[in-house]
Amino acid sequence: MTERPTGEPLVRLSGVNKWYGELHVLQDIDLSIDRGEVVVVIGPSGSGKSTLCRTINRLEAIESGEITIDGQRLPEEGKELARLRADVGMVFQSFNLFAHKTILENVTLGPIKVRKQSKADAEKRARELLDRVGVGHQADKVPAQLSGGQQQRVAIARALAMDPKVMLFDEPTSALDPEMINEVLDVMTSLARDGMTMVVVTHEMGFARRAANRVVFMDAGRIVESAVPETFFTAPSSERAKDFLSKILNH
Amino acid sequence: MQFFTDNFPLLRDAFLTTLGLSLLAGLLALVLGTVLAAMRVSPIPPLRGLATFYVETFRNTPLTVVFFFIIFGLPQIDFVVSFFVGAVVSVGMYTAAFVAEALRSGINAVGPGQAEAARAIGLTFGQSLREIVLPQAFRTVVPPLGNVWIAMVKNTSIAAGFATTELAATLPRLANANAGDILLILLAVVVGYMLITVPSAYGIHRIERRVAILR
Repeated sequence: MTERPTGEPLVRLSGVNKWYGELHVLQDIDLSIDRGEVVVVIGPSGSGKSTLCRTINRLEAIESGEITIDGQRLPEEGKELARLRADVGMVFQSFNLFAHKTILENVTLGPIKVRKQSKADAEKRARELLDRVGVGHQADKVPAQLSGGQQQRVAIARALAMDPKVMLFDEPTSALDPEMINEVLDVMTSLARDGMTMVVVTHEMGFARRAANRVVFMDAGRIVESAVPETFFTAPSSERAKDFLSKILNH
Repeated sequence: MQFFTDNFPLLRDAFLTTLGLSLLAGLLALVLGTVLAAMRVSPIPPLRGLATFYVETFRNTPLTVVFFFIIFGLPQIDFVVSFFVGAVVSVGMYTAAFVAEALRSGINAVGPGQAEAARAIGLTFGQSLREIVLPQAFRTVVPPLGNVWIAMVKNTSIAAGFATTELAATLPRLANANAGDILLILLAVVVGYMLITVPSAYGIHRIERRVAILR
């Protein structure tokens, strides 16, 4: 891909609405994410933040509105959608490593099957990525033999192997034991420093302060507030955000 | 022992016919059953409907009736098959319905996150089924597929009624000629089936342990 010099956002959601039956989970969402920007989405549970994250690679379909990635509208299904998803990395709360494949195979599958790389090239790159996230020596094990923190770092390597334009993180540390959270956040922080465009749904306020360019606060399916971390954490403008922050920051 | 030496060629050929019938029908059932299971979970409604119709039709029809249809019904529309091929097709198509259902339960047992992760790295529906979902599904359904296989081996005996000289077909023939050796004849036929099913059970157990996924 050639870099576009224009200030056009890499990801743009406009007028996005989604319902689960009667429940209006996403209400008129407008959000633009620039190249290299790190956006952290926070909010109480049930606010729609995970759903928002999952609409960006259409793991969740939307009922109305439009989502574009790098100027291209999200295809509805089929091979076009698969091709677009290959450019959007995703890291799940529950890791979702392929249980019957080794760590190395988890990382090489996409490059071989989707990018049509040779096995040798894919393995070379996969080993580099696994070293980068600190699990290079585990390459021949299967996922269940690794700790949660290690599995999540493998999941990040698996997504990076596709050379994505943007990385989505859906509560990447919520299923981890406390002592493993930092090893994953450190990898994410270094990714952010390297200029990766990231959308991160998380409850880790320390990470938001440290790595985010912007914090988006959601409540009841709406984006209530969007601000730089410093402003958001010290002087939130909405009552709802003040209330939320007082509950999570006062202990 | 006179009985065995006299009838050994017949029993041997009958055993080989049962074995061949089982292997060919089993292969057909496995391939067709896999396709049907894939159709039943596909996002395309007509494919799902077709596969559901197939499974319900064959699962709810007695195997003897399937044999009748293939061997005597199809010639009515000028489609004649040999008795042996007819037996393979009947047993294979009938068993495919059970394979499909066993496999579908395995597909349902694979966590939804596995397929989501597969789609998220850009695999198409077919690729994620082939690379991620089916390999895990097969591993979980080895025991029920083993059951289906053993039941199928014994079901091949229906072919006896449709002019295929497999193991069960030797029973009346040998009994007529050797009325005094009925128990020996029964024993010979039962041992013939057990030569297939007992090693199968052992093999299934071995496969089950070997492909088990650490979760």
